[in-house]
Amino acid sequence: MFYREAGQFKTRYSEDQQLFPIRQDRVAMAVLLLIAFIGVPLAATTPALARLIDFNYWFNGVLIPFLIFSLAALGLNILTGYAGQLSLGTAAFMAVGAFAAYNLELRVPGLPMLVSFVLAGVVAALVGLLFGLPSLRIKGFYLAVATLAAQFFVIWALTKFAWFSNYSTSGVITAQKIVVFGYTFDTPVKRYLLVLAIVALLALAAKNMVRGAVGRAWMAVRDMDVAAEVMGIPMMKTKLLAFAVSSFYCGVAGALYAFAYLGTVEPAGFELELSFRILFMIIIGGVGSILGSFLGAAFIVLIPIFLDLSATSIERGFALSLPAGLVSNLTLILFGGLIVFFLVVEPLGLARLWQIGKEKLRLWPFPH
Amino acid sequence: MQFFFEVLIGGLLAGVMYSLVALGFVLIYKASGVFNFAQGAMVFFAALTTVGFIELGMNFWLAVLLAFLAMVALAFFTERVVLRPLINQPQITLFMATIGLTFLVEGVAQLTWGAQVHALDLGIADEPLGWISERTGMSLSKFDLVASGIAAALVAVLALFFNKTRTGRALRAVADDHQAALAVGISLQRIWVIVWMVAGFVALVTGLLWGARNGVQFALTFLALKALPVLILGGFESIAGAIVGGLIVGASEKLAEVYIGPHVGGGIESWFPYVLALVFLLVRPEGLFGERRIERV
Repeated sequence: MFYREAGQFKTRYSEDQQLFPIRQDRVAMAVLLLIAFIGVPLAATTPALARLIDFNYWFNGVLIPFLIFSLAALGLNILTGYAGQLSLGTAAFMAVGAFAAYNLELRVPGLPMLVSFVLAGVVAALVGLLFGLPSLRIKGFYLAVATLAAQFFVIWALTKFAWFSNYSTSGVITAQKIVVFGYTFDTPVKRYLLVLAIVALLALAAKNMVRGAVGRAWMAVRDMDVAAEVMGIPMMKTKLLAFAVSSFYCGVAGALYAFAYLGTVEPAGFELELSFRILFMIIIGGVGSILGSFLGAAFIVLIPIFLDLSATSIERGFALSLPAGLVSNLTLILFGGLIVFFLVVEPLGLARLWQIGKEKLRLWPFPH
Repeated sequence: MQFFFEVLIGGLLAGVMYSLVALGFVLIYKASGVFNFAQGAMVFFAALTTVGFIELGMNFWLAVLLAFLAMVALAFFTERVVLRPLINQPQITLFMATIGLTFLVEGVAQLTWGAQVHALDLGIADEPLGWISERTGMSLSKFDLVASGIAAALVAVLALFFNKTRTGRALRAVADDHQAALAVGISLQRIWVIVWMVAGFVALVTGLLWGARNGVQFALTFLALKALPVLILGGFESIAGAIVGGLIVGASEKLAEVYIGPHVGGGIESWFPYVLALVFLLVRPEGLFGERRIERV
């Protein structure tokens, strides 16, 4: 009833091929973007609301990490979800992006910040290409282990060679101020807007890539690589492109992680655990879905916050103190349980649930 | 030259410990085609449970028995909750499910027994053997030798179990072909529980040995990662491969650390096995003893 495409006739191919062919989707997307780009910053700068809600916390602790993790998950989803190459080295590519952006800003005077973000992505893409080479020979678990090599090697190299961190102790780098066209992005709201713009642009690019020839080639390789090759899809080009594009996204996400989110990062911050976290995002959100990357990132970012909040409110409510580590262990258990739960019940993740929901909305209130 | 041999033998003995971890992987992979990422967490869980019971004032063997029972319970739980609902799913899905299982097991283990480091004393001294250093001048740890002995015994027992018992043969049948095994009346579910139990037993032995050496702590879970290059070198399906791969990884990483490490700043142990495995894969993608797969469209 609410979500019907009845009456929306397509008379041209371009209409049929547009990004969101159904009007309700277009409206919903526009509203979402309006809220994200204008509504949220406007609310944050309204003094009356700012007294009620701690916007700094919401930007720094929730929205900015959510957007950055969405971008990283998007990158991994391109590689694992669309091209079918399981990777456990996402955090390493993020680290490459972060350190590349830092070094570019440091060593190339006058390089515009946005250009250095893009170049950081390109550097990460090159590293990704290098570690994607084994994918031409091996696949499945063997490849997953090969990407672990990237994970350990990159972190080791960043720690060992002090040049990368400009000879700071223990490899900690402090990201430079973000200045674009002489405009400094210093407050949380401004950083949020910058991250949002970059993520929105890259998400649009990803959406277009996966529905074009490139994306179809990826999916063909994922579904059956031998058959894809027989059909004339160049295996080497397709697989390596998936690695490069995925690493580019992860690299940009890493640069944003350092510059717009944390400010100071060290190689140890990009451990295997982060790779797993991003892998969980795409499993829970939906493997092979752009929307799923965002849903999964939101889920994984929000769950620990939610658990923390409920733990503190339980402590306050019952006037007792929970033992240290209880919450973090419960988070572990919950994560593990959710992964298994989602794989068993809904292997396609939250994105699929959303789709089912839309289907239901379409029919409601009639059964057929 | 003597130094070289000392490093080499030290590496080989360390490699035995890696082999033990890899063994747990191979057992499960052979029987169910599941790449069990949770093996490291199982090692941690088993060791922590044993130490936990000992610290409650129990006899060592009773604690080991109770820890084994916990592993049996885990095997039943895994089969019922993870494997059975995911039957016929792609291998990658099962792999990701075991990553979830890893977190679950780690969380439960730490929630039950706490996160601090526990010491574990098996009563074997970790000191150089006198008579070897007198004759050859090399210092070899008694503990390492005992550990290798235990590993050898474990492999022998497993080999006997696989070749001589009815259940062992059923396990091999399942490993060869699920459907054919079903057709001759072997219950897949029962076999899976058994194989996870055996893997749990291997994890228990591994956990006790590693725990006695490095202390029972969360870092034990990273053993799983150490075992991956071993698996790649040896092939996922071969017990012999796990042993040989472990020895190669152990020896080469120690040699690399001693001879290449100083030139690049040291600490290359963390990634060297992976790169070694990676280079090896480019030459032989199915590992040393893995099964060569032929693909058809």
